[in-house]
Amino acid sequence: MANEGRDDRKKGLGRREVLECMVWAGTGVLWTISGGVPHSVGLIGEAAAAAPAGFTFMQMSDSHIGFDKKANPDALGTLREAIAKVKAMPMKPSFIIHTGDITHLSKPEEFDNADKVYGETGVKIHYVPGEHDMIDEGQGKAYLERYGKGSKGAGWYSFDDHGVHFIGLVNVVDLKAGGLGNLGAEQLAWLEADLKGKSASTPIVVFAHIPLQVLYKEWGWGTEDGTQALNLLKRFGSVTILNGHIHQLAQKVEGNMTFHTALSTAFPQPAPGSAPSPGPMVVPSDQLRSMLGLSTVTVLQGNKPLAIVDTTLA
Amino acid sequence: MQTLMNQLRLATLRFAPGRAVLVAMLLGPLVGAFVAYGAIAAQEPNEVVIDNFTFGPPELTVAVGTTVKWVNHDDIPHNVVNKDKVFRSKALDTDDSFSFTFASAGTFDYFCGLHPHMQGKIIVK
Repeated sequence: MANEGRDDRKKGLGRREVLECMVWAGTGVLWTISGGVPHSVGLIGEAAAAAPAGFTFMQMSDSHIGFDKKANPDALGTLREAIAKVKAMPMKPSFIIHTGDITHLSKPEEFDNADKVYGETGVKIHYVPGEHDMIDEGQGKAYLERYGKGSKGAGWYSFDDHGVHFIGLVNVVDLKAGGLGNLGAEQLAWLEADLKGKSASTPIVVFAHIPLQVLYKEWGWGTEDGTQALNLLKRFGSVTILNGHIHQLAQKVEGNMTFHTALSTAFPQPAPGSAPSPGPMVVPSDQLRSMLGLSTVTVLQGNKPLAIVDTTLA
Repeated sequence: MQTLMNQLRLATLRFAPGRAVLVAMLLGPLVGAFVAYGAIAAQEPNEVVIDNFTFGPPELTVAVGTTVKWVNHDDIPHNVVNKDKVFRSKALDTDDSFSFTFASAGTFDYFCGLHPHMQGKIIVK
């Protein structure tokens, strides 16, 4: 059946006929290709408003401002290099998601320095805290005063942009002895309520510091009650989960869910189990920048996984 | 767990395998022995040292009235949190320490509030 799909009179119209019909009808349908599958995004007038090319945001993580040990004596310097890459982008990202550990020790001057450098991008930064951002005397007060406006509990919140629902979760507070990252009952109840009534076709992006899935229990790389959050997200057609904490790339696709952990801009950490501890990994200085970086996420139309491109500072 | 790890495309950059790994394997135990010797020699009685995300010794027995001192030797901050909230240190940066005097007998389980897989125990008799 050489003509199947092109001239398939038995089964209905093939792609070519549909396109030809559109031409005949004199309408303009704009197509966009994602994952090799064409999608119509509506008539040209509507399509222009719906930004058919998708939109782009960045994920940055683990800047650890204040860190000055052997693994990278100048964490502020490497953050500046990462920000220079953002500023040099031909098209500015819509915003930046920061998946925690902005600072190393939650000190006011560390937050100040981070704010100054991130501020240079001129785009909105959506933060969630890492455990290093919640170790001031007030156990998170400094972070919440700065970034917690409009958030709930320990700093969780959601927002919508370009038809995508973004959810920032906090899994670094009230950790239990012997346990992993922790969301807690209050946050899970909020998440359930937040998702209620959302159409299953709404693309969802969840971001949190510690990976929601258990990557390596022995080093605490996972979230104790992460599965409960993932269960609430199962009904959605496109779910992207962005995490940090482990200072290395890990990607996994499971059904409609894509898991991604970002590089740090400060220092690398060893692969699970490859070192006595997950502490900062000292590498030759000429290799450091190849292990630091940031991620560009492009949202495509339709129920497609988001396109994530990781860039190193090398 | 191993299966899950295999499924993950952990794109950690590995540098020069082969000979470098062999040298590391041969030198590993030797370096480890020196590090361990150094740590033991520097450790005072009633002191718990934090090294490589581990409390050492993980279990310490002291008499009532003893002051126990925790010292962090990692490049990452840790803290010391008692399960029953009897004591809680601030975040300890590299070489920072925290001391607590045990006025009564009992078993005091504690963990790191940042990395809760790190656990230890003080037995006061």
